[in-house]
Amino acid sequence: MDAKKVNGSGNGNKGSNEWRVKVGLAEMLKGGVIMDVTNAEQAKIAENAGACAVMALERVPSDIRKEGGVARMASIKVIREIMATVTIPVMAKVRIGHFAEAEVLQALEVDFIDESEVLTPADEENHIWKHDYRVPFVCGARNLGEALRRIAEGAAMIRTKGEAGSGNVVEAVRHMRTIVSQMKKLTTMREDELMHEAKELGAPLDLIRQIAKTGKLPVPNFSAGGIATPADAVLVRKLGAEAVFVGSGIFKSSDPEARAKAVVKATTHFEDPKAVLEAHEELGEAMKGLDIRQMEEKDMLSTRGW
Amino acid sequence: MKIGILAVQGDFEAHAAILHQLGVDTVEVRTPAGLEGCNGLILPGGESTTQLQFLQEEGLAEKIQQFARRGGAIFGTCAGAILLANEVRNPKQDSLKLLDMTVLRNGYGRQVASDVVSGPSKLKKEPLEMVFIRGPIIEHAGPDVEVLAEYGGKPALVQHGHIMAATFHPELTDDTTVHQHFLSLAANGTSPATGSAKSK
Repeated sequence: MDAKKVNGSGNGNKGSNEWRVKVGLAEMLKGGVIMDVTNAEQAKIAENAGACAVMALERVPSDIRKEGGVARMASIKVIREIMATVTIPVMAKVRIGHFAEAEVLQALEVDFIDESEVLTPADEENHIWKHDYRVPFVCGARNLGEALRRIAEGAAMIRTKGEAGSGNVVEAVRHMRTIVSQMKKLTTMREDELMHEAKELGAPLDLIRQIAKTGKLPVPNFSAGGIATPADAVLVRKLGAEAVFVGSGIFKSSDPEARAKAVVKATTHFEDPKAVLEAHEELGEAMKGLDIRQMEEKDMLSTRGW
Repeated sequence: MKIGILAVQGDFEAHAAILHQLGVDTVEVRTPAGLEGCNGLILPGGESTTQLQFLQEEGLAEKIQQFARRGGAIFGTCAGAILLANEVRNPKQDSLKLLDMTVLRNGYGRQVASDVVSGPSKLKKEPLEMVFIRGPIIEHAGPDVEVLAEYGGKPALVQHGHIMAATFHPELTDDTTVHQHFLSLAANGTSPATGSAKSK
């Protein structure tokens, strides 16, 4: 491995033009809803409902959970069909640490890669060195330390992990609140306390110092994992998420088209409860959710990666 | 001076940050009422399909067209430029039809083709930095449309009267030149387009 990169600023090629267009695309997605889709037909429904991007995957997280087995990068044929069908950005997932899958997706020219805990991890120690890619990456995080480790590796967008496929927003809320309060704490600290905090969080000092000054992540901060209703989307938006990912919540509900539209509407008008009420008005049944406290540790997806 | 920024989806905060740096008041526009008292309106980058749907469903599209007719200055970047164009292709898409030009969506290709370049412009002596992100291409601009900057032989920054469009993102640079030019259009335009200025 290139030692210079590892020992560098901790933020690799930050400030380079390549980095700017990667974070730039993440900026363009702010305020929007990114929807999980498993085929071109669903992608079209998502685009027509106002999704700002789609995430192509083989099975939605709730099915991965149900069916078990190894979850991998989606089939190239399906991703290609989705790319040919919609004009909005197309994202696709790779397994944690599986840089060969990432190389394939970059060659395919997807617009964003999600190094995701929803798929079965390929490496239990190392994540992908994401600075090496021209395609931007998004990664999940449960806390600030995890978010900053991913950013140091080159992630151009952070999302909460939440608990994918659970239809339960509690973990996304926990992760968003944790990240935001840990950032807030940094802004109140003296400069001579930051090194210790960097050690506690397991995050690069330069990023810690940067957040102590700005109070926010240097890349867009989105939320994912268990968002199933328009009000769920509003909840995480109000807690600090700049956009939301909705996975199983849409295509596992009784009324995908209406629900997709309703989630988009609520996300845009998240500061207007009347508009959120309207979004809820016509909805049928949401996906059946899981009580996280009844789940066993081995069934949790959010504990994958570190 | 107050500038409205369409805050449906996209990088509206980046525009606000530049305008605040220039000491200008901004307001996030999500409803027709949000336009009241604005001297100018910015249509930010983002996804034009998402933004257009919202504009049409909330009755904002018509309000923006009225705003332009009354002399309100409008500046669209990337997706915003697509919204302003008379004609949109690749694929064909409806638009506000406020600027005589034909744009080609995702004209350079997918995200891997996104890049930062610089080129000459009429706004300053030094080259202008242009950040293209899944940008559109202005295939054709009408005879009355002034080309302020070009990239790859195609217009990248254009103006007709008080309407201006960029296929790149000046809001993602430290250079305030393009925004300053837009503010001069907004200042020369009519006074606030409708009603009294709402307090922030």
